[in-house]
Parts: sequence; structure tokens; C-alpha cells
Amino acid sequence: MRLLEARELVVRFGSVRAVNGVSLAVMPGEIVGLLGANGSGKTSTIRATLGLARPSAGHVRLFGAAPSAGSRRRLGYVPQTLGLWPDLTVSENLAFIAAAYRTPPPRLPDDLEPVADHIVGRLPLGSRRRVAFEAALAHAPGLLLLDEPTSGVGPLERTALWDRIHVAREQGAGVLVTTHHPSEAEHCDRIIAMVDGRVAMSGTMSALLDGKETVVVTTEHWPEAFTRLTTAFPAVALTGRAVRVPAASMAQVRAALDGTDAHLTVAPATFDEVFATIGRRR
Amino acid sequence: MTFGLRGVTVQQGGTTLLHDIDLELSPGTLTAVIGGDGAGKTTLLRSLVGLVAPTSGQVHSTPPGCLGYAGAASGVYRDLTVEENLRFAAAAYRLPRDLIGQRIAELLEVTALAASRARRAAHLSGGMRQKLAFACATMHHPELLVLDEPTTGVDPNSRAELWRLVARTLADGTTAVFSSTYVDEAARADHVLVLDRGRTLTAGPPETIRGGVPGQVVRLDGVTSEAPSWRRGRIRHAWIAPGARRPAGAAPIEPDLEDAVIVAALAASATRHREEAP
Repeated sequence: MRLLEARELVVRFGSVRAVNGVSLAVMPGEIVGLLGANGSGKTSTIRATLGLARPSAGHVRLFGAAPSAGSRRRLGYVPQTLGLWPDLTVSENLAFIAAAYRTPPPRLPDDLEPVADHIVGRLPLGSRRRVAFEAALAHAPGLLLLDEPTSGVGPLERTALWDRIHVAREQGAGVLVTTHHPSEAEHCDRIIAMVDGRVAMSGTMSALLDGKETVVVTTEHWPEAFTRLTTAFPAVALTGRAVRVPAASMAQVRAALDGTDAHLTVAPATFDEVFATIGRRR
Repeated sequence: MTFGLRGVTVQQGGTTLLHDIDLELSPGTLTAVIGGDGAGKTTLLRSLVGLVAPTSGQVHSTPPGCLGYAGAASGVYRDLTVEENLRFAAAAYRLPRDLIGQRIAELLEVTALAASRARRAAHLSGGMRQKLAFACATMHHPELLVLDEPTTGVDPNSRAELWRLVARTLADGTTAVFSSTYVDEAARADHVLVLDRGRTLTAGPPETIRGGVPGQVVRLDGVTSEAPSWRRGRIRHAWIAPGARRPAGAAPIEPDLEDAVIVAALAASATRHREEAP
């Protein structure tokens, strides 16, 4: 069963089509990443599929039916602002949120037990995020919506947060994640990238990156090479002292270098290189 | 000249925010300061720009007139328009009056903000606001550019533009340092400093950090192991410390920067536990 589905969704605000013919679905046990710049239509898509914004055209389903307060109760949502009460303790937050969903408060993971009576607003961000996850998962939701779920935390805390998301997935929940970052996207089974209200690209990470290449230019004269190449190609980047030119051929790069002495190799494109290219406005 | 910190410790209200930090910013290079919330990134950058006085140690920085700084989330005045922000920065850096118009036009062009010059900063997207903060911080062609979390909340497209702006200033000879919570962003830098609870977790050029992992990193592929492990998408990587036995069926892999930083964090946490044990 599709947990969440949109077909040919259109959302209009006045004469602006914020969402323009988007189709997407989230199945049980999968993590779907939704990518897109501000104004690409991500938020309007999510709001419409939850029944919080009225679609102008198209078809939306939440747990196989028209979205309603009842179906929204089967969601777990972690907003970027976390949705916790900063002046309540960890246990009070969990009890309060569980009561709102009419479920018993969740048991805290062992490593959060020592902070059960701490005021949430005074905890480090990594711990606050963990608490927000536990609060959102307490009623065993069928679908999790996560807005940049690991923003602001360190690398080790980030893997711990993802562990929790994968446990929910393994228990059958579907997960829709909005993210901008490769270290989050690598956890997604599928990526849907939106540009100007449409789906610009979708598929698994490996399929989206497969075959995409970048010409890597190394030279002592890197400032000169960088300046020449940025004039010729819009998506040039500097990594250390190497100049990277995505979506270009060796011959094109050689020509643009116009005689600058340089060593050229071809490397697989990175997440940023692939997604920055599709995200470029006309 | 070389900028940086030598043996810098910062204590505030009984808490040690930075502990004995060394950081050398070689001229014309880009340095990444990586760490999570509370790691000490902002304190480090603020001590570099003179907004935090170290309790001990030395800070080698530029005079304020040669320094460009964009603080986390507050590099611009939200009530002012794009152009007013730039004019304010030009006045604050005492740009000669006859150069102001030309410099602002130049910055509006490279940041592609010309069409939004009359918009209030509060109404810009995250990416545009970061580009504006960058433009203000580089108004006076600083020798040292300090950017606190320039890519937080910025989509890949705007992020690429921002990094191109940084690269352009490096090509002009500026020395730059930025902070981020994302390890993959450190791969762009010449030098990386990873902080954890105010201490140096690991430091060096990205390839040195990757090459310097003690022991081995392996792919678990469903193999169960006592070794500390972490998730990379659907698979798990594990750290086999020097002298520990590699589980049968776990294939050694070449760690990337993310793996290397996680191993450094695991090693530090193991040391802490040993020290705290009775």
C-alpha cells in the first residue's frame, strides 16, 4: 500500500503554480528524500498531500484515503524547530505528546535516561533532536515526515539519529525526508528533486550519480585556471587546489584553459555537482 | 603573514569552551572548522576575529580593517534592504566615498543579487541571505575572511554559488576559514580542524586525515561484530582498532573523510571512558 501518494498534483496561489504536476509516492519500509531550493514547491507538495493545503488539480492520498485529521494522526512529524516545549523536562515533553496521541509515553533509550528530568531547552541540540524523534515515534506512526532531521549536529550524533530512523523503517514505517545534504541523502532509497514546482529528477542515489563525471584540473596556476574556467562554465568549483568542472568534456576544458599548463583527469561527479546543475534556474 | 591560534583556551562561567587549540591559517588557503552543536566552532571563529578574548594562548589575526566576518545566521541586518546592507558595510569599513558605488555594483553582480537590491534581507531565501552576508564581509577586500556556517539551510544550487564566491576570493589571494557541521564540505578545504567539546579531534589536510586512520575501517555487510560501527546508508562501516581482530567476512575499505572523522570521535570517546572509569 502507498502510505502517501500524489498524482499530477497542482497547487496554485493566485496566478502562481507553486506545484505544477508533481507525482510521488512513499511505500512502507522505504526512505524517500525530497530535495529542492526554497520556492521549489517542496513544502506546498507536502502540505497538499497531508490535506493542509487545497490542491487546484490532481489527486492526493494519505494511507489510501483522502487526507483527514484521522489519517494525519498516523503520521510522525519532526519539524526543523523540533516541536518540543523548551521549558518542560524530557519526560514531561514525552508524556504530554504521547497523551495528545492517546498512547502511553515511550521508554527512553538507555543513554537518554540520565537526562529524563532535564529541561529540554538546556540540552545540547543532538540530545534535543533525539528526544524529538522519540516523541514523534511514540505512537508507532506508519509514515514519518522529517525536515532536515540531522541539521546542526556532529558526525557521530548524525549516525545515531539515522540509526533510529532506520529502526522505524525496518519496522515498516515509510519515511519522507526533506534535505539539502549528501550525508543525509545517502540514507535515502530514492531521491526526488524538485525545481520550479516540478520533479526535475528522481531515482536511487546511485542511479542519479551513475555515469556523471567531472573534469578535474590540477595546475600550479590554479587562480588563472579557475578564472578562465568560471567564465566558460557556470558550475566550476574549487576543491583544495584542484578546479572541478562538472558536465564538461576534457576537450572543452582544454580549449577553455587556452594554453594554461594543467593536468586533466576525469572523476565521478559528487552529489553537490549533480544537484547544483539540475537546480539551476533558467 | 600566517594567521591562527596557538594554544588557545577559552573559559566562560566555569565552562571550558575551547581547550588548547592550535590552528595555522596559511596565506591564500581555505580552512574548514568542523563539529556539531557545542563543539566550539563559533567560539573559535569569534576568538579569531577578536570578539572573544582567550583565557590563555595567542591569537594571530589581522587588524580589524583587514578582516571580513559573517557570523552564523546574523551576518546581515534583516530590516535593511540588500543595498542598504551593502552601503552600511561600506561605511563600517570606511570605503572611500568615490569607490562605494562601483564596489557595490560589482558585488551585486557576482552574487547575482542585483535584481533583489531593494528587497529587505528578511524576505530573502537562506541562500540569498548568505550571499549577501558574504558580499558585506568582502566589501573591503579583506586579507582574512571568516565565515561561520555559511551553508546552513542553503540548497545545493545556492551552496555551489557560495563556494564559487569563496573560490574567487581565494584566487585573489585572500585567506579564508569557515565552519560547518557537515564533514563532506571539509573536502573543499586545504586544511581541516575537527572539534569535539572544545577539543581538537583531528586536524590536517583532508587526505592526511583520511590516510591517518588508526587500524582499519571495514564494511560489515550483515556480519555481526563487537567493533564500534556506524551506518552509511543501508550498510554499516566498523572500526577495527589497532591490535583488534577483524571479523571474518568483513571487507576492509578505504575510509572517506566522514569515516575518518567518525573513527576519531570513537577513539576520543573510548579514551574518555577509560579516563572516567574508576
